[in-house]
Amino acid sequence: MANNKTTYWEAEMETLPRAGLESIQLRRLQHLIERVYRTVEPYRRKMDTAGIKPEDIRSLADLARLPFTLKEDLRDNYPFGMFTVPLDEVVRVHASSGTTGKPTVVGYTKKDIDTWANLMARALACAGTSSGDMVHNAYGYGLFTGGLGAHYGAEKLGATVIPVSGGNTKRQITIMKDFGSTVLLSTPSYALNLAETMEEMGIAPQDLALRVGIFGAEPWSENMREEVERKLNLRAVDIYGLSEVIGPGVAMECLQTTKGMHIFEDHFLPEIIDPVTGEVLPPGEQGELVFTTLTKEAFPVIRYRTKDISSLCYDTCECGRTLVRMGKVTGRTDDMLIIRGVNVFPSQVEHVLIGIDGVEPHYQIIVERDGSMDTMTVEVEISDKVFSDEIKQLEQLTRQITHDIKDILGVTCRVKLVNPRAIQRSEGKAQRVIDKRKI
Amino acid sequence: MRVEQIAVFLENKSGRLAEITSILADNGINIRALSVADTADFGILRLIVDKVEAAEQALRGAGFTVGKTNVIAVEVPDRTGGLAMVLKSIKEANLNVEYMYAFVNKTGENAVLIFRFEEMDRAIETLLKDGFTILESQQIYNL
Repeated sequence: MANNKTTYWEAEMETLPRAGLESIQLRRLQHLIERVYRTVEPYRRKMDTAGIKPEDIRSLADLARLPFTLKEDLRDNYPFGMFTVPLDEVVRVHASSGTTGKPTVVGYTKKDIDTWANLMARALACAGTSSGDMVHNAYGYGLFTGGLGAHYGAEKLGATVIPVSGGNTKRQITIMKDFGSTVLLSTPSYALNLAETMEEMGIAPQDLALRVGIFGAEPWSENMREEVERKLNLRAVDIYGLSEVIGPGVAMECLQTTKGMHIFEDHFLPEIIDPVTGEVLPPGEQGELVFTTLTKEAFPVIRYRTKDISSLCYDTCECGRTLVRMGKVTGRTDDMLIIRGVNVFPSQVEHVLIGIDGVEPHYQIIVERDGSMDTMTVEVEISDKVFSDEIKQLEQLTRQITHDIKDILGVTCRVKLVNPRAIQRSEGKAQRVIDKRKI
Repeated sequence: MRVEQIAVFLENKSGRLAEITSILADNGINIRALSVADTADFGILRLIVDKVEAAEQALRGAGFTVGKTNVIAVEVPDRTGGLAMVLKSIKEANLNVEYMYAFVNKTGENAVLIFRFEEMDRAIETLLKDGFTILESQQIYNL
């Protein structure tokens, strides 16, 4: 277990009293809006339509008067239309996978890369990582921001980085064992994949030197945290980021509590809004997370709608950081399935499954339309632990899962038990939902 | 007095049974008896084999969910009323049968009844008291 002494990378900025922080935020916001209005035509057009001029931003509350930026805005201006600097000042681009359309392209100046590395170093230090650590970076390298973002931060911190990237799981385990990796960076579902493969290879978590795992890039539950911690014998912490904002290193959980991730507010200004009305919600309420970048040069965003569901908590944290905490992302506004009029998040299904003794959180949700009726089937892998030679025991198990899902989600589903590993293991983000409805 | 039985989870998907039997064949494992219990969504294959450990390992290695349970094997003469006699003794002792299946041994003289009871110890006691022959593991494997 990691010790619980707070380690800071930039102590002053991480512990600023709120008044001081807000004055920095306002100054940076005003500067940003003025610059973006001047240089990016799509932003200027939107602000003109809304009847807002840069000089109208007199307080942080005026932020709410600015129009939102949507993923569609970025796509419409594909590839470089939202950049604020000429391309010769851009030293790197990243792009999101374009599974639902054109990819979104983001750019970084030299200074942006440095800012990012610095924030990622902050995040790593927040999880107790220091220059003495061996950082096993299993986030994918390439157009995805995860790999390179984490890499630069770990180097900045002075740690030793293993740029192992994703895939080739058995080799990864051998490397962790032989090199003595102390910090693991990966998606939470890949961490479970590693744990399973270790079991198959006959390697116990005690054979590894892992101390802490920094998991992100997909939503995961508290129950999954417990499982990963138990199976890999490490402390699991949550990291948040998205390429449109900068990449990993937007917010980070500390080791002192498990009540949310500190948003690096001197660089990113968060809001929680009602996803339907767009209205700003008070602290503590669940809604869609919206970010405005305060310091980015090449590709700043104003009120960017992340589609992630979270909440904000301004209470003082035990670690001493004054930075606001965002709650674990509990779902996506667009992952949200509407089944017979009920909003369903896949993470809720996972929560139900881990709550049942012996059931593994390996599941897939299949949604179909039968006539005018939506049907939801949850396929659950049956482990040796819950398997029985008696039909009535297994039927009891499927009844319990059905009952608990109905209880918590309010939806009746059909539960189908399947063989272990029948559900495709992901080497990156887990595909939890197959929606076969043709609407 | 107890015989080890292997139970395998059967996903409702074509070819699963064929896959299991060929895995067992490839590993030189002989099936003595089997039964399939099924519902609309899944099935359970119950097997008595000559090499329990090897069968368990081979199936688990191929990704199947496998469990082991103890069952009781009762040998009765293969003639009319053979099963009825055993069931009468069970009924009179108020024992609950979870499931059962049967096979006839090679010589055709005797039938072997495989039982799983809620109360295994009391079932053994009752059957012995009423004079039935309960087979040991080795006797089944060598049949």
